[in-house]
Formats: sequence, structure tokens, C-alpha cells
Amino acid sequence: MGRKITLEIDGKTVEAEEGMTVLQAAKKAGIEIPTLCYNEQLEPYGACRICLVEATKNGRTRYVVSCVYPVEEGLKVKTDTEKIRRMRKILLELMLPLAPASGPLRDLAEKYGVKESRFQTEPTACILCGLCVRYCAEVKKANAVSFVGRGTERQIAFVPEVAPYECPSCRECYGLCPGGKIVEAESQGLLSMPITRKTAAGRR
Amino acid sequence: MAKVRSPEDLEKIRREILAERKPDKPIIAVCVSTGCSALGAGKVVEALREELKKHGLEGKVEIKETGCMGFCELGPRLIIYPGEIPYFKVKPEDASEIVSKTVLKGEAVEKLFYTDPVTGEKIQKLEEVPFYKHQVRLLLEANARIDPKKIEDYIALGGYSALAKALTQMTPEQVIEEVKKANLRGRGGGGFPAGRKWETTRNAPGEPKYVIVNCDEGDPGAFMDRTLMEGNPHSVLEGLIIGAYAIGAREGFIYVREEYPTAVENITKAIKQAEEYGFLGENLLGTGFSFKVRIHRGAGAFVSGESSALMSAIEGRVGEPRPKYIHTAVRGIWDKPSCLNNVETWANVPLIILKGAEWFKGIGTPGSSGTKIFSLVGKVNNTGLVEVPMGITLRDLIYKIGGGIRGGKKFKAVQTGGPSGGFIPEKYLDLPVDFDELTKVGSMMGSGGMIVMDEDTCIVDVTRYYIDFLSQESCGKCVPCREGLKQALTILNRICGGQGRAEDIQTLEDLCELLQTASLCALGTTAANPIATSINYFREEYEAHILDRQCPAKVCKALTAYYIDPEKCQACFICMRNCPVKAISGEKDIVHVIDQEKCIRCGVCFQVCPFDSVEKFSPPTPPPARYGIKAKRVKKKGEVKK
Repeated sequence: MGRKITLEIDGKTVEAEEGMTVLQAAKKAGIEIPTLCYNEQLEPYGACRICLVEATKNGRTRYVVSCVYPVEEGLKVKTDTEKIRRMRKILLELMLPLAPASGPLRDLAEKYGVKESRFQTEPTACILCGLCVRYCAEVKKANAVSFVGRGTERQIAFVPEVAPYECPSCRECYGLCPGGKIVEAESQGLLSMPITRKTAAGRR
Repeated sequence: MAKVRSPEDLEKIRREILAERKPDKPIIAVCVSTGCSALGAGKVVEALREELKKHGLEGKVEIKETGCMGFCELGPRLIIYPGEIPYFKVKPEDASEIVSKTVLKGEAVEKLFYTDPVTGEKIQKLEEVPFYKHQVRLLLEANARIDPKKIEDYIALGGYSALAKALTQMTPEQVIEEVKKANLRGRGGGGFPAGRKWETTRNAPGEPKYVIVNCDEGDPGAFMDRTLMEGNPHSVLEGLIIGAYAIGAREGFIYVREEYPTAVENITKAIKQAEEYGFLGENLLGTGFSFKVRIHRGAGAFVSGESSALMSAIEGRVGEPRPKYIHTAVRGIWDKPSCLNNVETWANVPLIILKGAEWFKGIGTPGSSGTKIFSLVGKVNNTGLVEVPMGITLRDLIYKIGGGIRGGKKFKAVQTGGPSGGFIPEKYLDLPVDFDELTKVGSMMGSGGMIVMDEDTCIVDVTRYYIDFLSQESCGKCVPCREGLKQALTILNRICGGQGRAEDIQTLEDLCELLQTASLCALGTTAANPIATSINYFREEYEAHILDRQCPAKVCKALTAYYIDPEKCQACFICMRNCPVKAISGEKDIVHVIDQEKCIRCGVCFQVCPFDSVEKFSPPTPPPARYGIKAKRVKKKGEVKK
């Protein structure tokens, strides 16, 4: 492994190794940072932004996502400031209406005091964390689930040429899905259709 | 074609090109760039050729089809050499006069000169036209003298001598040092010092290293990079080769939008010609340095202008940004050190190498040296492409160069930096335009879009437009940008639709903070700018929409109603005929009335009424009782009964 790096997380001196992320270093030191799109078997993705922390180096403070940010010598990290809590709260407000029944989301919502979201959107049971897509590509190398569409039209879909053959015998992404969409989708027989939205992908 | 093998070779070739060209041979330079072409430059060229043929002047007079000369509004533009006679708004019918008078006799065609709108005076020199007088056209000047499809035109003006100087008289370190000393900052928007970026890539471990031109100009209303790529592609290419030498890259990419077909065509041709001359390929100018360049055509995603997304696209993957905690200068294309600069940044490099850092620093402000190209558009009298020294005030740009607000209307705001820039209100008109000053007031330089808005613009509506654009162009990867912009758009639609809620402003501000703090890439962080600045500087407009259900600029349809003033209406039927939904009724000598139930508030009647009798009301409450009654029309003073 790489060379030793010393940094400070929430006032605590933490030893880490070069190449580790702030999230990994914090975990090792027993400091908990919330995550949603993170999975230790996968390349960090940085999409849900819930693991946002404040990182100060050479007097310059930035907000970064800890699942991607590499540890640096002398880095000072704060994981739970008032602003960070405020940001996580809005992130949860934005994600909750997408997957109101999601266990992980509801747990976090409770932790951060989100009782009700100010926002409404079509509930799809999917927060587009990409865990299924990335697990299928990186670990299973099957590429049976994929993102389709761009921007606000983004959704996930089973790849019709692949999914009906690969998925029934695998189902390993089911347990990863925080929104419950994957399970729901199969029960509806949607292995060959875009599953995030009720309608197929398409821009206005 | 024998390859250029030394600086002496280059100089020899340049002399040969010049010797072949007689200095007194007339040249008619016609701008055939996008703007002028749209206004009929192609037909003008045809007519001129025809006319030359008639006079037996083929081969004796050259027609040069050039890139953009600026002042697109008054196109097609034309300059005749010798004498540098500038003509504006040239029509095919003018060809015969141009040839018979100007080309044959050296006489001017008065009517084609620029007319000063105040004095009515005809201006015969380009540099005296107010639009040009306050510009410093370091990069754009050459456009009028260059046929972008001919490398010889570029060489004749001293082209590629900066490359020769860098390769033979300077070490790579010295080149980087010069660019650092010049304080050339990235013209793509961020303003990061180019020299430092080059050095980072040079020193980063890993081979090969790459250099990249970013020509993914996606801002609505911006055409700076397009113009350089179309009009003077070799200047960009020369800058890139110099950069590659300094950085130690042997391979480069030019990322051009597919939507810019002429830019693609011209840069493709430029690369081929540069290869023929030996400015690209193996052993450049006999120095042992080799460099090749490839074109990557963009598939039309705004977000691909973001450097890490652009590099993903070059790799053949979806153009989605990745976290850049390790800079792309260190880990870019295929995880190799990759130095990306914008078109305009690269085009500045040959000038810096030839004329030196001190000269370059003498232009502009201490923090931002050199010039900046802006596409000045919107409600100004003179629209077009302008190049100004950094530090010029917004007021000078808008009033001296832009000629002030159209139709004598009142200035409301200027939006700089494209859709993710901010609105700058009147109180900051004396702000010097440079990277840092624009950021201080909540906007940004961006790539150089500059949209001027007048009192008839509804700030909330324009904000809604930008957020609509940005939410469509978001890649959808991170939550703040994808969901945040979606919700911001919902709220803005609601406010413009007359359904705004008291808490909406606060919610928008919360979303802005999230976008700025937590977005993955700059598209998300800067997307907050239009919302944040519009709330900051024009909060009262939001409040009017939400609390009073009123659109002060009378733009938002749900908050505006159209009525015909019975005292002005002349019962002329014009509005009735033009109304697309037949909402207007009336008869001869009876004032016309708009059926508010049927009216879709498209504003056509307002535009077509010759008597200005259509009035807009916001809030759309019924106006005084006299409106809407089918009364006899009031005859105009002095009207004689037929």
C-alpha cells in the first residue's frame, strides 16, 4: 500500500494511506458519513452528493464529496457542520419524492429532520444512484442494466438484448437498490423496458 | 509541396508568396461567415464574379472569401484593397457599381459606407466607425485579410513564424515561462492561468501527454470560437502546436461541435495544409519535434464543453463530467496528462510568442491581460462580434461600441457568460470587464456571451428560459443539478404562470446554495448564477409576480392582458386579420374588441397595430370601462371624409 498520510477529521487525527478517499479514512477512524450511491466494491461515483464534507487545505476551504476526494497530508475535514446538514437536508428533500418508500432515504430523512419535502415529482422508486448499473458493469461485467436519456429525462433500463438472459439467474443488484425499483420492475415484468418512468424515454 | 524545414525556409516561402502577389492588385474581401452568409453574402460574391467577368477582369481582381469581420448586423460586409474601403449592407445589385467605380476608378460608393446614426455622416474609414473605434482587434483583425481555406494567406501575414521562433529559439520551459509571464488566462470561462496549466501537464507523470482545443461553444447567442475557427483556423492550430511543444505532447485533439459545419470544414482543411507544409507531422522544422492532431466532432451536448466531460467524449464514452479533485491536466484522456484550452486561448499564444509577454501584459488589466472577444447581442443598436481590451467598462461596451439601447429604451440588465452567467444591473455599468470583477458581482466571463436586456425584458421570464435550457442540458448524473434544476424550473414556471407562492423565493435561494455547494461540475455550480443574481438585483420583480400577480415588463402571458384603446383604434381590421385565434371582433368604423376568453396573449395585435392602439395590462384585471365597448371610432384630427 501507499505511504502514510495524516489528516484531521472532525478534530480527530486520522492515519490513512495514500490513494484512500476521505470517506474510507473516516470509516477506518469510526467516523460516520452518510452515503447512498457508494458501495465499497465499486468505483466511487459521486452522484448523490450526500457524503458532502468540508475540506480545508492551505487555508482554502471547499465542499467536496468524501467518496471521491483523496486523502491529503494535513487536510482538515469537517463532516457535520451546520451548512453540511442544511445541504443534506435539501438533497433529501429532492430525493424523497422520487422514492418515498425507500428505507435508506427515510432513515436519513429522519436523522436530518426532514419531515416533509417541499418538492413534488413523479415517484419512480429510483434516485438514479446507479448502483445497479455500476454493479452490473463493474462486478458482473454483464451490462444488463443501463442509464438511458440525459439530464432530467435520465432513467435506468434493462438492456432488452441482455437482461432476459442474465438477470433471472443473478438478481444480485436487488439488494443494492435503495429505492426498491429493481424488485418492483421485475415483478411487473419490465425486464425489457425502461423502468424508471412509466413511459419510454423521450425528450419533449 | 516541399516541407518547411527551417525558419529560413519559412521566410523564403513567405517572400515567394508575397512576390507573387502584386501589392496594387485589387482584392475584394467579402465576409462569407455565418452571419453575412445568412444575409446573402453568397449572392454578392456571385454577382461580383459575374461583374468582373463582364469587365474582363477575371484573374486581375481577386475575390477573397473571408471569415467574420464583426458588425454582423450590417452585413454582408465587404472590404476593398488597396485602400481598405469598408462597405456595409452590400446587395448583389451593388456589384456593378462596386466594380465600375471602386475597383476600376478607385472611387467610393458613398451609399455603402457606414452612416453615423447621430450625425448622418458617411464614414469612410473602418477605424472611425464607432463600433470599431473602441475595439482592439488583436485576434479578429486578420480575418478580413485571410481566406481561411488558404494557408498561404496566413503565412503571408507572418503566420507560423511564432512556431518557428518557439521551436528554434526557445526551450519548452521558456515558452511556458513566457505564457506564464503574459498572464494569459483561459478564455473558456474559468480564467485559469494557461501557463500554470501547461506546466502542470508538463510536469505530471505519465506518457503520452495530450493537448486539446475546446470548440464546444454551446451558449445560445455566442459565436466567438466559431468565428475564430471559421475565419482563422491556422491561428488556433499554431497556438496548439506551440503549446504541444511546450508541454511535451505529441498528439492533440480538436473538439469541434458538429453544429459548426464550416468550422469543421475549415479546420480539417487547415490541418491538411499544415501537414503538407510540415507544420504538423514528424520532425517539425527540422527540430526533431513531432506532433499530430485529430479532430473530434461533438454530438451536440452543452455539458461536453466541460473539460472532463469533453475528455470522456473523446475517449468514446458518454460526455459526462467526472469529479476533478485530480485535475485533468494531471489525469485526463485515458488517465494521461491532458491540457485543454479554449479556442481563443490557443489563438492568443502565437501573438504572445512573437511579441512577448510584456507587450501582452500592456493590454488589459493587471489581473486579466490581453483582449477578450464578446458576442454582443440583445437589445443594443450594434450587434456583432467585438474584441476589446480587458478592463473596458460595461458602459463603454454597450453604449460606445453597442451604440446604446435599441429604440431609445431603458437599459435593464446585461447578462454575461452564457446561460449560466448572471444578470448585471445598471448600478454596475461602470464595472471593468475582467475575470475577477464579473465574478464579484455574481456573474462570470464565461466564454464571452453578452446579452443586453431592456425595460421590456422580464427578468423572471429570462431566468426561467435559462434554467429551462440548463435543465435540458444537465447530464443528469448528480442530484443537485438534475433534481435541483428540475424543481427550480417548476417554481419559475409557476411564478411566470401567475401561481407563485410566497415561499418560492426562499426555496429558490436554498436551491441556489445547494447547486453552488454540492454540484459535481461547473455546469451545476454556475447554474445558480442566473437565479441568484436575478433575485439579488431584481427581487421586486419576483415579488410583483408572486404577491401582486403582476409582470412589470408585461411579458409573462398569464399575468398580462391585451386591450384595444377605443380612442386610438381606427377600425382598420389589421389586428383582426392577423389574430391567429380570431379573438378580435369589429366592423367598419366600429372600434375593435379583443375577446379575453379567446385571446392567447401572443402579442401579434400589439405588433401589427399601426396606431399603437393595443395596450398591455398587468395585472390582467379589466381596464377602465371604456375599453371593450364597441363604440364608433374616434376620427383622427384633420381626417377628411372620403
